Amino acid sequence: MPAIQSTAAEEVSPDVALVERAKQGDTEAFEQLVRQYERQIFRVAQHITQNREDAEDITQDVFLKAYEKLDQFQGNSKFSTWLVRIAVNESLMRLRKRKTSKTVSMDQDVQTEDGAIPRDFAEWRPNPEQLYGQGELSEILRKTIQGLPPGFRTVFTLRDIENLSTEETAEALGLSVPAVKSRLLRARLQLRERLSRYFRQKNGGAKP
Amino acid sequence: MTCTDFLSQLTDYFDGQIDPELLAEVQKHVRECHHCEVVLDTTSKTISIYREHEIYEFPTELRERLHSAIMAKCRGGC
Repeated sequence: MPAIQSTAAEEVSPDVALVERAKQGDTEAFEQLVRQYERQIFRVAQHITQNREDAEDITQDVFLKAYEKLDQFQGNSKFSTWLVRIAVNESLMRLRKRKTSKTVSMDQDVQTEDGAIPRDFAEWRPNPEQLYGQGELSEILRKTIQGLPPGFRTVFTLRDIENLSTEETAEALGLSVPAVKSRLLRARLQLRERLSRYFRQKNGGAKP
Repeated sequence: MTCTDFLSQLTDYFDGQIDPELLAEVQKHVRECHHCEVVLDTTSKTISIYREHEIYEFPTELRERLHSAIMAKCRGGC
């Protein structure tokens, strides 16, 4: 799989101009930023909280907070990364409030060895897309990522779904690069293991 | 290279940040170890399937509702 590292310089400049205008009170410039990133922010919030109402509230809160705190955006990072960081904080806060999963922090889940060692070695044949229809496949993907511990789910979402670089993910989560890499490996392996229950070749490979 | 070594290189491998010498070793290991070959292939499919499928709907109606709410508050001074 090719490396997907964003070229920051290309993406920063148009946003920086919009942010500058928004800082001067130009709501149209801010509206353009909202249009550009509302889907991404909603998706991040939905992935982390696994709750649609929460994701709706968080999406609003993120942009309102961003608008209030525009002056604090220094332009050291991409505007989208800054927004994502706010979305992650808001989402984790919601999870804590819901208390469905004891305490929720980026430091939890690290101790678990669950899924760190692959156990299912069946090939995925035919391809999942050939096995399942679009709706069924989406349901499987939703159920599977829902079962991941929030800390792993968040890293996987930012790095693999939202395509943030490892460094941007580390920055958004307040983690070190090695910590992101370690969580990402666990997240990918756990998802692989869980998806294999649905996608494994029948009558082939080891039993799960 | 052992299977454990292979796993420890997996993240850098997918991120295209692996040292060329190690890459050659990973490729050699995968040719010789069927289990790791499967892990590599199915992990790669795991990443791409999540990347390619939008699993949460974001219908226009919801988008417009959220958008209007955000902008109304911003114009009102938040």
